[in-house]
Amino acid sequence: MSSRIEILNDASLRSDGRRPTELRAPTFEVVPGGANGADGSASASMGLTSVRVEVFGPREGRSRAQALHNRASVNVEVVWAAFGEAGRRRRGRADRRVAELASSLRDTFQPAILTALYPRAQIDIHVHILAHDGALLSTCINATSLALLSAGVPMRDLVAAVTAGVHGSTVLCDLTALEEADMPSATVAVLPRSGKVALVGMETRLHVERFGEMFDVARRAAGVLCAEMRAVARGRAREMLDAMDSGPAVPREGENDSGAVMMEE
Amino acid sequence: MRPPSPSINEKEFLFASLEQALRIDGRALFEQREPELVFGDELGSVECSLGKTRVLAIVEGKMIRPNSDRPFEGTITIHSEISPMASVEYESGRPSEEEGMLSRMLDKVIRRSDVVDKEALCVRAGERVWHIRLTIHCLADAGNLIDCACMAGVVALKHFRRPEVEIVGDEVTIHPPESRAPVPLTLRHLPFVLTFAYFSRGAVLPSAASTASDTIIALLDPNLLEQRLSSGTLALALNAQRELCVVQKAGGVPLEPGEVTRAIEIAVPRAKQLEAFVEARVKDDWERRRVEVR
Repeated sequence: MSSRIEILNDASLRSDGRRPTELRAPTFEVVPGGANGADGSASASMGLTSVRVEVFGPREGRSRAQALHNRASVNVEVVWAAFGEAGRRRRGRADRRVAELASSLRDTFQPAILTALYPRAQIDIHVHILAHDGALLSTCINATSLALLSAGVPMRDLVAAVTAGVHGSTVLCDLTALEEADMPSATVAVLPRSGKVALVGMETRLHVERFGEMFDVARRAAGVLCAEMRAVARGRAREMLDAMDSGPAVPREGENDSGAVMMEE
Repeated sequence: MRPPSPSINEKEFLFASLEQALRIDGRALFEQREPELVFGDELGSVECSLGKTRVLAIVEGKMIRPNSDRPFEGTITIHSEISPMASVEYESGRPSEEEGMLSRMLDKVIRRSDVVDKEALCVRAGERVWHIRLTIHCLADAGNLIDCACMAGVVALKHFRRPEVEIVGDEVTIHPPESRAPVPLTLRHLPFVLTFAYFSRGAVLPSAASTASDTIIALLDPNLLEQRLSSGTLALALNAQRELCVVQKAGGVPLEPGEVTRAIEIAVPRAKQLEAFVEARVKDDWERRRVEVR
C-alpha cells in the first residue's frame, strides 16, 4: 500500500489542514417529519460526507409473517444516490457494500432500541447516502441515532460512531475517502453512557498493538461526538417547548372562537 | 420454510449450562473445535472440518491476459455458495444473507488482506498472468461456517502449486508436473478467522431483561445451537505475526471495551497454533506426494 498523497506533513497536519485527532466539522440536524409522514428524520454530515435518515414507526407490521411475537422488528433500507460518489456509480439494493451497510445498521440499532416494548410492530429506517467522502458507516450510525431520537423511539442510549485510522504510529480520527484508501482504518460505535461498544469494524491489516491504540482513541472521540449530538437534540426540544409556550401566536382561521370558549369553561 | 427457532427448553438449558461455564459438546468456553484437513488428489483441493462443519475448497490456476490497468498483477477470484445441502436453514435460489456475509468475509480475509502476492503471478508483463480461482463448497453447516470456510480457503491456497513456467525469448513453456515439480504460490501471510459469540439472557428472552443483572458470557467457535441463540458475534481474522486483518462486530449486544481486548488476547496464541498446524499438515502432504512420484 504505497501512498500517493502525503497523509501527515512535517508539521503533522493532514491533507485538509486538520490535526491528527481533529474531527471534521459535523453538522447534525433534526428535521421535523416531512410530507411523507415519517415519524422522525435527521441528517448528519461529517465534512463532505452527508447522510439523511427517516424513521417510520413503531407501526403495525406490513406483513404478518415477518412480525415477531415478543418484540418489534427493525428494518433498514439503504439507498445510495448515484451522485453520492465520484464516478457516478449506481449501487442497487443488491450491491454487497449496500447490503452490508444495511445489516450492520440493523444489528447495531436492534439491541439499542427497547424493542420489547412494541411486540408485533415494526420500525423502518430509511438511510439515504447523499455524498460520500469517508467515514460513511459512522455518519450513517450518527444520523440514524438522531432520527430515532426525533421519532421518539425509546432507546437504551444514543449510539455514536467515529472512524479512526493509523498512520505510522499516529492515530487519525474521522478519515476522508482519500485517507481511507491509503491507511488501515476502523469504525467504532459506542453507547456513551455505559461506554460499551456496539460495533467495531476493521478491514485492513494492522498490528494488534496499533489496533488497541486506535480503538481507545476512537472510543473517546465517539464520546465527544455524542455530546455534540445531544446538544442538537436538546436544542430541537427547546425550540419545540418554546413554540408550545408561546401558544397559538397566529391563530388559524375558524378555530379561534371555539377554542377560546372551551378554555373559558 | 425455515425450521422453528430453538425451543424455550433448549434456550434455558444452554443458558443454565453456560452460566456454569459448561458447553453442550464438552468444550471449555474458549476452546475451538480441533480442525481437520483432508487433502484431495489434486493440488489445491482441501476438505476442512471443524467438528461437523465441513467445507471443501478448490484452487485452480490458468493463464490469462492481465487487466490493462494492472499489467504486472495476476488475479484472484473467489466463488462461494451456500446450498441447501449444508443445512435445512438455507433455501435454494435467492441468495441469502448468510451467503452475502460469507462472501464478504472471504473477500476481506483473502483478497483485501493480500494473502497472495499478485505480482508473483505475473508471467510476462501485459501479456500473460496467472488467474487463480478459489471455489468454496459448503458441505455441512454445524455452526461457525465462516471460520471453517476461510480456513479451507487459506489452506487450499497454501496447498496449491502451479506448474513451472519457462520463458525463452518470446516462447512460454508450461512444464507439466510430471517433468518438473510445480511451484507453490507466494503467500504473504496466513490469516485465520476466529469467531467469538456473546450471550446475554436479556437479549434472547426479553422477559428476563429487567430481572437479574445481565451478565455477558463469551465463548469461542459457537456450534449451531450456540450460534442461533447468541446475541452477537465478534469475528477476528489474524495471522501468526500478531496482525489483525479483519475485526468485525457488526452490532449485536454491546460489549465492554475490555471484552474486545480480551478476545484479541485469546485469539493471538490460537492463530499461532493454527498456523503451525497448517504448515505441518501441508508439508506432510507434500512429502507424501514426492515419495509417490519416485
